[in-house]
Amino acid sequence: MKSIDVSRPPAPPIGEQPQGRSELVLGFLRRTPAVPVLLIVLVVGALAFGGSFLSARNFASMAVASSFLLIISVGMTLVIISGGIDLSVGSMLALGAVLTAYAARWGSVPAILVPLVVCTLIGATQGVLIGKGRMPPFIVTLAGLLFARGLAFKVSDNGNVTHVIPSGEWVTALGQSTLLGVGLPAWIALGVLLSGMVILYRMRFGLSTYALGGSEEAARLMGVRVDRMKILLYTLMGLLCGIAGLLVAARSSSGLSTIGSGLELKAIAAVVIGGTLLTGGFGGLTGTLAGVLLLGVIENLINQIGTLSSFYQLVVSGTFLIAVVSAQSLFARRELRRSGEVVF
Amino acid sequence: MTTLSRPAQLVSSKGAGTLIREKGVYLALGALVLFNLIATPNFASLRNVQLQLVQVSPVVIVALGMALVIGTEGIDLSVGATMALAASMVSLFIDRSPWMAIGMALVAGVVAGLLNGSLVAFLGIQPIVATLGLFVAGRGVALAFTKGRLVEIFDPTLEALGRDRLLGIPISAVIAMVLGIAIAIVVRRTSFGRNIIAIGGNPRAAVGAGLPVRPVIVSVYIICGALAALAGVLVTSRSAAADPSFVGLLIELSAITAVVVGGTPLTGGRVRVLGTVAGALLMQLVFSTLIRHDLSDSDARMVQAAIIVAAVYFQRDRGAQ
Amino acid sequence: MSRNTEPTLQAVGLTKRFPGVTALDSVSIDFHAGEVHAVVGENGAGKSTLIKLVNGVYRSDEGTLILDGSAVEFAGPREAWEAGISTTFQEINLQPFLSVAQNLHLGREPTRRFGLVDVQRMNTDATELLTRYGISIDVRKPLGSVGVAIQQMIAIVRAVSTDAKVVILDEPTSSLEPNEVEQLFRVIRILRDDNVALLYVSHTLDEIFEICDRVSVLRDGRLVHTGPVAEITRIQLVATMLGRDTTEVRTGKTAFNIEGRNPGTEPVLSVSGLTRSRLIHGVSLDVAAGEVVGLAGLLGSGRTETVESIFGLIGLDSGTVTMNGSSVKGGSPTTAVKRGIGLLPEDRNADGIVPTMSVRDNITLAANRSVAKWGFVSRAKVNKLVDKYVERLQIKVADLNQSVAELSGGNQQKVLLARLLCFDPEAVLLDEPTRGIDVGAKAEIQGLIDELALDGLAVILISSELEDVVEGSNRVLVLKDGTVVGVLVGDQISEESVMDIIAEVNVESAVAP
Repeated sequence: MKSIDVSRPPAPPIGEQPQGRSELVLGFLRRTPAVPVLLIVLVVGALAFGGSFLSARNFASMAVASSFLLIISVGMTLVIISGGIDLSVGSMLALGAVLTAYAARWGSVPAILVPLVVCTLIGATQGVLIGKGRMPPFIVTLAGLLFARGLAFKVSDNGNVTHVIPSGEWVTALGQSTLLGVGLPAWIALGVLLSGMVILYRMRFGLSTYALGGSEEAARLMGVRVDRMKILLYTLMGLLCGIAGLLVAARSSSGLSTIGSGLELKAIAAVVIGGTLLTGGFGGLTGTLAGVLLLGVIENLINQIGTLSSFYQLVVSGTFLIAVVSAQSLFARRELRRSGEVVF
Repeated sequence: MTTLSRPAQLVSSKGAGTLIREKGVYLALGALVLFNLIATPNFASLRNVQLQLVQVSPVVIVALGMALVIGTEGIDLSVGATMALAASMVSLFIDRSPWMAIGMALVAGVVAGLLNGSLVAFLGIQPIVATLGLFVAGRGVALAFTKGRLVEIFDPTLEALGRDRLLGIPISAVIAMVLGIAIAIVVRRTSFGRNIIAIGGNPRAAVGAGLPVRPVIVSVYIICGALAALAGVLVTSRSAAADPSFVGLLIELSAITAVVVGGTPLTGGRVRVLGTVAGALLMQLVFSTLIRHDLSDSDARMVQAAIIVAAVYFQRDRGAQ
Repeated sequence: MSRNTEPTLQAVGLTKRFPGVTALDSVSIDFHAGEVHAVVGENGAGKSTLIKLVNGVYRSDEGTLILDGSAVEFAGPREAWEAGISTTFQEINLQPFLSVAQNLHLGREPTRRFGLVDVQRMNTDATELLTRYGISIDVRKPLGSVGVAIQQMIAIVRAVSTDAKVVILDEPTSSLEPNEVEQLFRVIRILRDDNVALLYVSHTLDEIFEICDRVSVLRDGRLVHTGPVAEITRIQLVATMLGRDTTEVRTGKTAFNIEGRNPGTEPVLSVSGLTRSRLIHGVSLDVAAGEVVGLAGLLGSGRTETVESIFGLIGLDSGTVTMNGSSVKGGSPTTAVKRGIGLLPEDRNADGIVPTMSVRDNITLAANRSVAKWGFVSRAKVNKLVDKYVERLQIKVADLNQSVAELSGGNQQKVLLARLLCFDPEAVLLDEPTRGIDVGAKAEIQGLIDELALDGLAVILISSELEDVVEGSNRVLVLKDGTVVGVLVGDQISEESVMDIIAEVNVESAVAP
């Protein structure tokens, strides 16, 4: 049986693809611009603020501050890779927090179970509407946003009451204790990230989300169970929101019903900055981690400056987002033009 | 190298389903008004009507701009941030002259729209992501200008804008009505409006017909930004204060909801101006009805959520899959 | 090689109808193991419908599928896959950023405990699998890092790796260079030796004669020929695909009347050296006022790409377009329209009609300059223009305000034609103006094209209906693989001469008969 010799350079596929290991790394860096930018920003921060920025304590506090966003962004990454979107995460986080604080009156175990169950159920409902009901994710999760916020308010007596976790309950330890000097939420977030990576890169379900996002029709033709997957994705997202909300409540020992507003967009920003394409089919969790960290570092740096208001953090984050997305877009359009597609 | 694609199947045979689809929002609005006339005390009082109108006007104005953007199959998430920007502009320039303040606010809106529109039209970035940037950054810029503080505005012109009435109707509502009519005319009677519908209805056909696609797209975002700025000015004048932290918060949701419930599909190609206005009125009425009947803010949101889902469910293009 | 007596897959009387059109009409074909069976036909002939019936995407309205002797009905593509019918697609629908091994196993990865993918086994399985087909690469590398040909082969190997009995190859070579095609063929031959039944969908004659054992031809939803490749000549195959009986020469089948024309001598539209990598190479032509230049060729020959590049819809690597002596710069449809060039697109649903607008608005879509003053559209002017063209083109519509999507194909085509004419073009590019419409409407459109020529327009006509091109054109350019391979003028134009040029044997692949 003749072997086909593939050692000669193959005909260039669409776009220059990396070949050797160094090219693989370069390609990764090019596709995930957040990583080099993050490194640059870290260096700038170190130079500008020296010890106060580079201290272990500062890093630990950055890690914890970013942990809630990271947990949610992990789920958002999967949802976006599959070609969907979830706008309800901020409200679901608030709901999770409120339910944790509320259920804490019955004990720590209910304080954990209730928010997780409720948020997962809401996520599942959204999943069914999207997967089986074939309704657009944008609208369904928009409704979910309103619904979850409404429910959070309701449990908080219309925002008048902020439930506080009774001081004896151990559930607060989840949010307030530290391990190796770093708060527990950060470790839990790390755990979520690693689980997410296992699911995305090492499980059938995760690998199939790429196919789903690449082309839903083609995925169906390849035998992927599209509807089921969508249900599972949004259910998972709900669970993650519940976890994040639980941690927020645990950390502050209370469930404020107004938190999380706009968090979904921050998560989308982190995911997109991390190199995942909003159109789906491409991206990864390393990029998301970089995106979340980048946003967190920017926030921290601006706080370091002190005299500058925290509003500048928003400005810088927003500008980063635009810059990164523009770069991605220009790159993608160049590829499309080369393959003969009609582009505006 | 394609086979003829399957023909677009548009459900337009008249039937009960179509009736709900196209006129549902008016039916619902009518039913709700009726309910309130019967069950809510003081509903028809002048004072209440004026109150409702003042509250709903900014949403209507933003929704009008949003409807145009959605008509091109786009979306603008930054309208709330633009409102905040406008408010901060007002606070910055009010000392010079009220007209300058209003003017600068509108300029801010135009610039925001120009940015969004260019990202979408020239860089081909998806509207969600493109306007997301301004959503994040815009409020920050606004807050930076006012140093995060709420600025009280003491100016007779602006006060008039917020408090005065024309023939009993609050000025902001008059403005909203005039704009509503103007946008409706634009959509139905101008070539610009037809271009919007063509771009949203079949972008490839629009390009193939030689229509000026990019300028039109940039223009709708500029209009949306300017209208959002105007809404920001009105809110500022109504509360006699510029508060960039809260102005326009979540208004993108209300605007998108109004547009969708009013019958304008997110997939573009059709703009129902009257429906959008009705949608805004409906959501406002739902909210206030629930409040008046001692249902809470929270219940109101949940009901809103259910309405959105129902509205979109009924508007689904049957048989298109 | 002796044929198995029992076919692996039998399509028996398959019929599939969609609103307004019968896509497949009582088609029966046998597919045997160890054979490469070509399925050919022009666009709209029913090829893709047949494929989708076989691989479970569609369910037939009538008829049955028999797999290994028993009748089967698939609820969806997954069931077909599990039953042993695999498909590869024209575009490689794999994930460029996942590894080769991951791609091979996508959807059915080997797992360990907890549902975790067994990467080790996946990689070894993948390597083994690929080696069987003579491909040796590092399966851990991202798919996108290997050449397109290898990717295509991996797609095929993926299709086979589930113990597939039937493998459908849908235009597998459309994105490959000629030398890559050879590599692909090696894999196909191995599959054939393994007793897989292969369905090879293609329109490239050379490939059919090189790699296929049998060929079935579909036309207008019906099976018009099936038999061994060895028993048909190239010209016979072309004739069958185009619906011609080579022994008959029919005349006057269309409503065209060339005699009345009086084309000018100076070219109105002149293009030279149009080149766009992989699509067209050095295409040049001139069209004078009142002249119809037909572009003939099989699917994929570059006809549509030629007119699209003239219109500015796709970009050119090199080449010029000139109208009335001055060059058309700017390469965009807006410029083209301004300079008086109009395009009737090939796919009216995807690129032509705006389904959310009325008939009236669809017609005047591009006519803003004529009907609007200061941006305001004048109802009166719109109506006048619309009435004029409805009358002239005889567009049958109950209510001009109804959605254009409700019209019949023929009337939709007329609407698009009216749209073109509204801005008074000097040159019109008509891409498949009579596709998918009934006979009566076809005749009407043919007559209209005559009128356009008589009015002094310069017309480029593309049609896969050979009769349209032959009887409607003053001159015919024959395209193949993106180049102009022949020009016929006046009396030279005949269906035979066109088919001869198309069927011409390439110098490189000297395949008899």
